[in-house]
Amino acid sequence: MTIAIKLTVNGKPQVLHTEDPSMPLLYALRDELGLHGLHFGCGLAQCGACTVHYYGEALRCCVMPISAVAGAEVVTLEGLGTPEKPHPLQQAFIDEQAAQCGYCINGMIMQAAAFLATTRRPSEDQVRQALAGNLCKCGTHVRIIRAVMRAAEKMA
Amino acid sequence: MLPMLDTPLSRRVFLKGGGALVVTFALAPPAIEAQPSRSITKSVNPDDVGAFLAIDDRGMVTLYSGKVELGTGAVTAITQMCAEELSVPFGRVTTIQGDTALTPNQGPTFASLSIQDGGVQIRRAAATAREALLEQAAGKLGVAKNELAVHDGVITPRHGGNGVPYAELVGDRRLMIKVNPAAPLKDPKEYTIVGKPVPRLDIPAKVFGTFNFVQDVKVPGMLHARMIHPAAVRAKLEGFNDAACRKITGYLRAVRKGDFLAVVASNEWAAISASNTIVARWSAWAGLPDESKLFEYVRNSKVERDVVFQSEGDSAAGLKRGVKTLQATYELAMNTHGSIGPSCAVADYRNGQLTVWTPSQASHLLRAQLAIMLQMKPENVRCIYVEGAGCYGRNGSDDCSSEAALISKEIGRPVRLQWMRQDEHGWDPKGPPALLDYRASLDADGRITGWEADGFIPERPLRRSGVTLLAAVLADLPKFGPPGAPLHNIGLGIPYAIPNNTLTAHWLIDTPLPAAWIRAPGRMQNTFGNESFLDEIADAAGVDPFEIRVRYLKDPRGLEVLERLRRFAKWEQRGSKPRDAGPVARGRGVSYAKYELVRTYVGVVADVSVERATGRVKVDRVSVVHDCGQIINPDGLRNQIEGNVVQTVSRSVVEKLTFSRSAVTSLNWGSYPILTFPNVPEVVIDLIDRPNEVPWGAGEPTTSVIPSAIANAIFDATGARVRSVPFRPATVLAALASVPR
Repeated sequence: MTIAIKLTVNGKPQVLHTEDPSMPLLYALRDELGLHGLHFGCGLAQCGACTVHYYGEALRCCVMPISAVAGAEVVTLEGLGTPEKPHPLQQAFIDEQAAQCGYCINGMIMQAAAFLATTRRPSEDQVRQALAGNLCKCGTHVRIIRAVMRAAEKMA
Repeated sequence: MLPMLDTPLSRRVFLKGGGALVVTFALAPPAIEAQPSRSITKSVNPDDVGAFLAIDDRGMVTLYSGKVELGTGAVTAITQMCAEELSVPFGRVTTIQGDTALTPNQGPTFASLSIQDGGVQIRRAAATAREALLEQAAGKLGVAKNELAVHDGVITPRHGGNGVPYAELVGDRRLMIKVNPAAPLKDPKEYTIVGKPVPRLDIPAKVFGTFNFVQDVKVPGMLHARMIHPAAVRAKLEGFNDAACRKITGYLRAVRKGDFLAVVASNEWAAISASNTIVARWSAWAGLPDESKLFEYVRNSKVERDVVFQSEGDSAAGLKRGVKTLQATYELAMNTHGSIGPSCAVADYRNGQLTVWTPSQASHLLRAQLAIMLQMKPENVRCIYVEGAGCYGRNGSDDCSSEAALISKEIGRPVRLQWMRQDEHGWDPKGPPALLDYRASLDADGRITGWEADGFIPERPLRRSGVTLLAAVLADLPKFGPPGAPLHNIGLGIPYAIPNNTLTAHWLIDTPLPAAWIRAPGRMQNTFGNESFLDEIADAAGVDPFEIRVRYLKDPRGLEVLERLRRFAKWEQRGSKPRDAGPVARGRGVSYAKYELVRTYVGVVADVSVERATGRVKVDRVSVVHDCGQIINPDGLRNQIEGNVVQTVSRSVVEKLTFSRSAVTSLNWGSYPILTFPNVPEVVIDLIDRPNEVPWGAGEPTTSVIPSAIANAIFDATGARVRSVPFRPATVLAALASVPR
């Protein structure tokens, strides 16, 4: 039986459909809403490539059952900013050229955005700790740190 | 909506041009739709300028690159080279990559050759086109060719007067020319695009979430599949039961062929649910070596052939002549490629034609292999490159593509197959283990009198057919394709003028697990041995590690790298300060390579901290001096070097594949950890730019020197030699325990 889940995504009310209430939110966002800034990386909440904001907090949507998000406010990378109105982190990632393959970058930006929303002028160590659970295999870390520090300065 | 296919076929480039430089195309409005392979007539012959370049009647340039963007920035750099040589603004060039129907076969995107080979080939094509256009302009303007200059795609007389844009020259005609290898190249002094830190083409879309990875490709009518890979590496499928899957809405069917088993559904989650629900019975198989005795297995593996790859003087006599003899054995564990996004491909087989959207680093090789596997003519197979997550070599992409192709052929529908995390960690072909033995002798003055090395490294998997496609293995389909690249480059020699040396490769027949190349294959392993052993010799001879390298290096560019590195890293003579006796010992090590002995020079100094009580190693800082000749994009180059450093620190101190007698057991990031932010070193880089030299690669050279620099730093800090990569705490503690206090 198809169930319908109402929630807000990037400020817009949406109704998501599934036969299986245990389906992770990731598949609804990517396959039904076509929001593909977030990526499937591990399905185990280990890498962070799928991170979205859930009531403003970083959430790994690859393990979040869709039935648990009814009524929630969710923001994805597409909702964080646009080329016309970039979030300071998006601009900083461009300015620092902080990507190699870029598959993990959604998670880096979304995790950092949630962190910077509550931490002003973090130290580099705090940034490293805030991103400790986000994996990158290309070795872009040094640029990502620089980008987050740059955005933090802008946002301070 | 996710983007539907926006194939490059909409351009008006597909006139029947044969081997033409299609400088214009006068017909047909753009149409955005996929077209079957056979309608395409554009030349892909790399002898034709038109295989690489098209200029339309608005002066827009399309570049067809056989080399692809794997996240390294190579395509931005190649686009710079093209725009520069054509003298058009960078933004006027659109680059199409790795489509077997459209792009010439420039070989796989690997081995740090994208700029060095692929870019230079494109530079020559662009130079040829520029010359041809100048000739046309000379005729049209009535001005001698050498009196003309080109700026932003407009040819004008140097001394004033009317000019003519490329677009107008092109008119409604086509220019058919062959690439002229002797076409005059621009003087690097005139460069305005090459050598500049042009921002990467792909990064904005990647930070706004609008980039289309292969995982985002959608084809009308596309179904979703997941693989059920065997429970053991060579287990046989005895049977399966998918009765419970039929309760899953959207589940369609299983696809079985031999040991190949997949599930297909109308939506992605149903495919995943079915893969978790289906019951497969696999035969028992336990043919892998005991993990704890991996290097015994390697040493006892059957040798296919021995190859002496470097020999100077008489090493046996040299070894006898010394008064002090050293020997050491170095070993390196297996690695997975560990792509952050699991492999994914979309395949569409219908009417005897196969199209595969693939993240393969080698679309042309994949096409050849798929054609053999499915007994098709290569011209009926089209592979279209779409970026996946970084692959760092031959990861699971081609295997996943082969599986998608087989499923699509079996069901007659387009299908998207994405691997799950355990598929990528479990089934990507692995970087094989390596074992290296060294012997050397020193005379009374500490001079080396002889040096011998023996490497035990598998070669066989790639000799006949690239890396065998997994679908062909599982479904027992034809496998043997065109010759692949060697797994480990044989240019493993030492970059130093050390007298009386013999270096022998013992190519092994077997690998514990199916093998493929991972970044700097063979070069990282051999450089680890060479540069660690030289450090041991330096210590035995009482010579500073920089000094011993300078003593035996005769190459001026190499010496410049070492001298700059000595200053850049503020190196102090080893032994000028006492070792840290406290709980955390700090030290630094140097390593140097001339990649494959013929190209990019790189030297690094690693600063490390070693916790004596735990054996934990932290790499604090890595200083790099790098000379890859002419730099195309200095910021892209820095990004690559940083990536080389951080990724290889991860391989050196953290990453280690684990396995049972049956299968890989490090199936996710919990069991196969990698370096994380708190432990990422600071990376500082000094680039040597040589605009008048040829450009060499940078995708791998820095990788080759990292493990040895860290090992040498651990020795500097503690007096302990670590000779087994990775330098995990247990390895380091064991080495610390062997140091006389």
